[in-house]
Parts: sequence; structure tokens; C-alpha cells
Amino acid sequence: MCQPLGGTTIRRGSLIMQITVIVNGAVHTSEVEPRTLLVHYVRETLGLTGTNIGCDTSSCGACSLHLNGEAVKSCTILAVQADGQDITTIEGMAAADGTMHPMQQAFMENHALQCGYCTPGMVMAASSLLKENPDPTEREVRLGLEGNLCRCTGYHNIVQAVLAAATNGANR
Amino acid sequence: MIPAAFDYVRAESAEQAISLIGQYGDDAKFLAGGHSLLPLMKLRLAQPTVLVDIGRLADLSYIRDAGDHIAIGALTRHMDVETSSVLAEHVPLLANAASNVGDPQVRHRGTIGGSIAHSDPASDLPATTLALGATYVAQGPNGTREIAAKDFFLGFLTTALAADELLTEIRVPKITGAGWSFQKFNRRAQDWAIVGVAAWRLNGASGVGLVNMGSTPILAASVSAALASGAGVAEAAELAAAESEPQSDLNASPEYRVHLAKVLVRRALEEASK
Ligand SMILES: Cc1cc2nc3c(=O)[nH]c(=O)nc-3n(C[C@H](O)[C@H](O)[C@H](O)COP(=O)(O)OP(=O)(O)OC[C@H]3O[C@@H](n4cnc5c(N)ncnc54)[C@H](O)[C@@H]3O)c2cc1C
Ligand code: FES
Ligand code: FES
Repeated sequence: MCQPLGGTTIRRGSLIMQITVIVNGAVHTSEVEPRTLLVHYVRETLGLTGTNIGCDTSSCGACSLHLNGEAVKSCTILAVQADGQDITTIEGMAAADGTMHPMQQAFMENHALQCGYCTPGMVMAASSLLKENPDPTEREVRLGLEGNLCRCTGYHNIVQAVLAAATNGANR
Repeated sequence: MIPAAFDYVRAESAEQAISLIGQYGDDAKFLAGGHSLLPLMKLRLAQPTVLVDIGRLADLSYIRDAGDHIAIGALTRHMDVETSSVLAEHVPLLANAASNVGDPQVRHRGTIGGSIAHSDPASDLPATTLALGATYVAQGPNGTREIAAKDFFLGFLTTALAADELLTEIRVPKITGAGWSFQKFNRRAQDWAIVGVAAWRLNGASGVGLVNMGSTPILAASVSAALASGAGVAEAAELAAAESEPQSDLNASPEYRVHLAKVLVRRALEEASK
């Protein structure tokens, strides 16, 4: 559990905390400042740079990852809040042998990316959506991806990819 | 953007959270879903020196049928309010309002208690629970008290909660079978309401709450009074802004907000009267 590491507080905010998280199936124990954002922890401490930072203001969804199986914006969560929890990032989506997750495959086949910056967040949001709603309508896909901005594709192929993934088993 | 430094303590119970807040004093804040507080801290518009994390108080996350009302734990997330079968049956207006909050990622984290305690007039759930005549339960060092929604919102981001009081439960009267409507007017997906309306009608009674029409969520009592004395929907909707003092911002002037409120209240009442 989250424990201050020894000593007395010198000034408020100087405490370092210890957290243990499971990320893509591996257990990590790390020391973090309470103000460390989960996205910075994942990118900088764990070196998992697939999770992008777009807006840094909770709006764009580029930083989406799964916390206990649900898509969340990791720029708006403290690493200490994730202590003891299960995290999946885009790096954890493919199988161990490199086989892509059906959602990743559907993005590839439907040309659902151009520059690719929004893509990790889109894949994480879309796979979370299909867990909650395995057979969505086009409108439900659009609403379900409301929190993810793409500046390139115009969204059309992203929506097609998610609908295709729903029929190809990404909703399992 | 990184918040200013602070200490972090995770509460294991409501009692512990309240005593920790009391112990750390004015600069300490409860942290629920963090989806109002952390954005403010990242912009350094808020700089608490201690956060007391109440996010793991699982026994404050529930939606229960309590006879004449539905009892909702303060730590219940928007996503759980949105998908609750109990609310779908007895207060679908509230479930629908929750489904209008932000986006799915926000709804996976944000809580109904955090939304009401933060009391942003642009938020959807304060105005909706106000329209529903909800009662909020607050727990402090000396026990619990009930606060009627209409007595709760005192000013911009200011509520009747004392600094060491924890909002624990939201009690929403059942309106089983009522006509209802939630209208949210914005220009872009995911945005907050420029103006929003939560309305219900049942056997001659009604409630209308307004989002973003003043420094607090607004109860449009004049509309309900007009309906009760036999006015038609269009006539009652003309009174939509009687209690409001809308502000100006990038999205809208006060005059435009008044216009929107009348149009949206009319639409809401038409839908709720079907
Ligand atoms: C991108 C984005 C879009 C959003 N869009 C909308 C929208 O369209 N409509 C809308 O209504 N909201 C919207 N929100 C806000 C969202 O609903 C927040 O989750 C909610 O307002 C606050 O809940 P929280 O649990 O995250 O509270 P926190 O951020 O943890 O806390 C907010 C404040 O309330 C206090 N507090 C929290 N819980 C309690 C409690 N139980 N007792 C006493 N004090 C408490 C905290 O100390 C803090 O001051 C959006 C947020 C984001 C990031
Ligand atoms: S970087 Fe987190 S939502 Fe944009
Ligand atoms: S592909 Fe470039 S932002 Fe989406």
C-alpha cells in the first residue's frame, strides 16, 4: 500500500510515496511524488511512451489507458491514486507473440489513422467502449469516442474500424 | 502541467477522512474522482497542501431503493449513475443527466458527490438533483445532517458544507412514471452546457433546474408555479429565466442565455408532457 518513506515531513509536499501497480501484467514498485501524474509515471518512470500527451488539460484523450479495465485520461489521475490497481497501456494490447489486438488490427485494416498521434488513446477508448457496449450503433461509437480528438482523419475511418472490430471479436 | 506539491493521505473510512481534514485544516481538500480538482490544481488555480483521498471508500458507492426515494452514495461514479437499473425505473432523468457529463473517460472517474460538492453552476448533476428536490447528507465530526438541495448552493463554487464535512449520500425522491427531459445545449461534443435544463412532470407537480444560468445551479420555481396554476407549456417557459442572473463568457451573452433558457425549457416541458 501507499506508504510515506520514513522520516518526518520537513514541509508539506515533500513526502515521497511508494506505490505498487500492475502494468501490462508486470508488477512495478516505485517511489513517486504525490503530484506525479499517472501519464508521466507511465511514460517517464516505466518508459512506456506509447501513451501520448496531447492537450494536458483532460480534453483530447491521447493519454487514455485502462485502469482496472476501463478507459481513463491518465493526465487527470495521480500515480498515487493508481496504487494497487491494474493498468493496461497500448503496449499491453498485443498478445505476447506480437499478434495485434483485434482493435489494433481493425484500425490497420480500415486505415483509421494518419499521423497516428491520437491512435493509442483511440484504441484504448474504443476497446473499453466495446467491453461496455459489445454491439454499438454508429452513433453510439461516435458518442463513445467523444473524449478523443483526432486532427487528421475526420473520424470516419475510426468509426468504421470500431464497428468492424465489434463484429471481429474485439468486444470479448 | 504539474500541480504544486502537496501531501497525500488515503482515507480508509469516512470517519478517518473527516478527522484527517480536521487535523490538516484549511489547506486540505478531499479528493474524490479528481476530475474537477486535479484540472484546477494543474492550472495552479487550486493549491491545497494536503489531499485526503476518499476515492477508495467503497461503502460510499451504491444506488439503493429506499422506499420513497433512491439513496445514492456520494462516491458513486457518473458511469454507475448512468447505467443504474434502479434509476432507470424510478428517476431516469438523473441517469440521463449523468450520461451527458463529459465523456466516458470522465464518467469512469468523476463522482456524483464530487460534482455536487464542487457545485459548478455549469455542471449537470447539481441542477438536476435540485430540480428533483433532492436532499444531501453531510457527515462531520459531530455527526450527520440533512441539507435540502434548495438550501445547499450558496454562491459560485460555495455550498452549505463546512470544510470538515463530507457529503456522504444524495437522496432523490422517486418520480416513477413521470415525464422528463434533459436538454443540454453546447456547440461541440464533450463540452459543458452553455445552458442546460432538467425537467420533470408528474400528476400536476413539476421541477425545473437550470445549468449555467447564474453563479449557482438555479431552480426555475416560477415555471413550476405557472404550470401548477394551469398555464400552458409555452406560457410557463416564458418565465424560465425569472430566477436567473446569467453571466457573460466566450460562448454566450446574458441575453442569449435567457433566450436559450426559454427555448430549452419549452422543449423540455414539451418532451416531459408527452
Ligand atoms: C474533460 C472534462 C469534462 C467534463 N464535463 C463535464 C460536463 O459536461 N458536465 C458536468 O457536470 N461535469 C463535467 N466535468 C466534471 C466532472 O463531472 C467531475 O467529475 C465532477 O464535477 C467532480 O467530481 P469528482 O469526483 O471528480 O470530484 P473531485 O474533483 O475529486 O472534487 C471536486 C471538489 O469537491 C470536493 N469533494 C469531492 N467529493 C466530496 C465529498 N464527498 N464531500 C465533500 N467534498 C467533496 C473536493 O474536495 C473538491 O473540492 C468534466 C470534467 C472533465 C475533466
Ligand atoms: S493529454 Fe490527457 S486528455 Fe489530452
Ligand atoms: S491520426 Fe493524426 S491525430 Fe488522429
